[in-house]
Amino acid sequence: MIELRNVHKKFGRHVVLDGVNFSVATGETVALLGPSGSGKSVLLKHIIGLMRPDQGDVLVEGQSVAALPRKALAALRTKIGYAFQTGALFDSMTVFENIRLGISDDEQYRDRSFCAARVSECLQMVNLSDDVGRLMPAELSGGMRKRVGIARAIAGSPKYLLYDEPTSGLDPVNADAMDALIEELQKRLHATSIVVSHDVRGSFRIADRIALLHNGRIRAVGTAAEFMAAKDSVVREFLERDIEFAAHTEH
Amino acid sequence: MDSQITATTTAELPIPVNAARLVARPVLAALGHVGRLGMMVVELFRALPEWRAWVPRAVEQCQQVGYGSLFIVVMTAAFSGAVASLQAGYQFTGSIPLYLLGAVIAESVILELGPVMTGLLLAGRIGARYAAELGTMRVTEQVDALESLGRNPASHLLLPRVIAGMVMVPALVIAADATGIVAGWLVAKSSIHITNADFVYGTQHFFRTFDGWYSVIKAEAFGIVVTLIPCYVGYEAKEGAEGVGRATTTAVVSACVLILLLDMLLAKLLL
Repeated sequence: MIELRNVHKKFGRHVVLDGVNFSVATGETVALLGPSGSGKSVLLKHIIGLMRPDQGDVLVEGQSVAALPRKALAALRTKIGYAFQTGALFDSMTVFENIRLGISDDEQYRDRSFCAARVSECLQMVNLSDDVGRLMPAELSGGMRKRVGIARAIAGSPKYLLYDEPTSGLDPVNADAMDALIEELQKRLHATSIVVSHDVRGSFRIADRIALLHNGRIRAVGTAAEFMAAKDSVVREFLERDIEFAAHTEH
Repeated sequence: MDSQITATTTAELPIPVNAARLVARPVLAALGHVGRLGMMVVELFRALPEWRAWVPRAVEQCQQVGYGSLFIVVMTAAFSGAVASLQAGYQFTGSIPLYLLGAVIAESVILELGPVMTGLLLAGRIGARYAAELGTMRVTEQVDALESLGRNPASHLLLPRVIAGMVMVPALVIAADATGIVAGWLVAKSSIHITNADFVYGTQHFFRTFDGWYSVIKAEAFGIVVTLIPCYVGYEAKEGAEGVGRATTTAVVSACVLILLLDMLLAKLLL
């Protein structure tokens, strides 16, 4: 389970998170929506301990992430797969080596044949061929980078998966394919997941619950049906803008 | 009432307060850097037991620092030795016995030219590279990605680079010293017409074993400076391409200044 209790974060005078209370049950997939710059990625980085809250607490499996000593934090991170917005692939390594680095067990990491099989399996899970393993990140398209980033995130068989804007920068066809991929991975891995996005339609498709981050706080949380029926003006405005835009582009 | 509160601007403050701020800000910033650099050094020591992570990467870095820099280091040393020989010949021919030129050339190369020229050269070649590499990794979230995988950036990124500097810079300085002396010798033979026997006698007569150690001690210190400072500056880079550019410049300038300061400090302490 992931739980955020009254999390505050500011950079200089700019308040990004202003008392976020939010939880994700084991095995659940939650889509975290919000406009660009609303602090969605900052919130994800708190969960994996890349940032510490100024105030409040982030709990993963009941452990306070900010209070964990170095080794315990590293151990916790091996249970969490983080797919970065741009992939954040190590550009001096091949795709194979990038994904291999995601294998968290040290003995398995040193076992070359295990690594070859696991990397191949992860590439297949994200619909890429084994040949891609030989390429350098600079040779990949934006969509492929995101897929390889996801393959690296799942290589260590994590219990938790955090996706940072998996469909941003993709064309509608590839965005749909990415949503389908996330849906398929959820079925196969049963990981507790948070998908940060500003794509309402995609979020409705993949998430059990949806949360809207607005002005540094969680404005609304609920199922897709509850969200669609919400009367809150901010939720309505956010949904209508995206759905109107989607309808417009479909025509 | 909030609306009635007016902000006090810096211009409205009394002059001594403004002056104090002008002094305090850079001092506090410098202390902040010293503190964070100190923390990084602590992290490097804590990463030492993770040898499975840093040893193979350190070997790769050694190859890049050592083999990759060998040509330019040897070439620079050869020209430095040759010029030292020509200038010594110009200054001293006729005024002192020729065999002393051997001592002047060898001692200037071993004590000063070899280590300092190599250090400054590597501050540009290796320092710029490390700051740019780590800065780019920082701003493109590759460092965050490494941490998110439960890996320690100190053992995977920083320690291999610093170890490479500590191992390879002294080796390069020894190569530079040898090349500089040989180049100086050859030029002295052709331009000042010093005999081999005179050159060797002069070199041996004034050479102390400590001179060689002094050169290696300086090289070791410069090896740490040209890797640790760029690693720190690159690791702390922010704000995209401009931040990486700024980090690279800062790393090279800081490493060069520190090399010159250390050069003087070590001369004062050890000679």
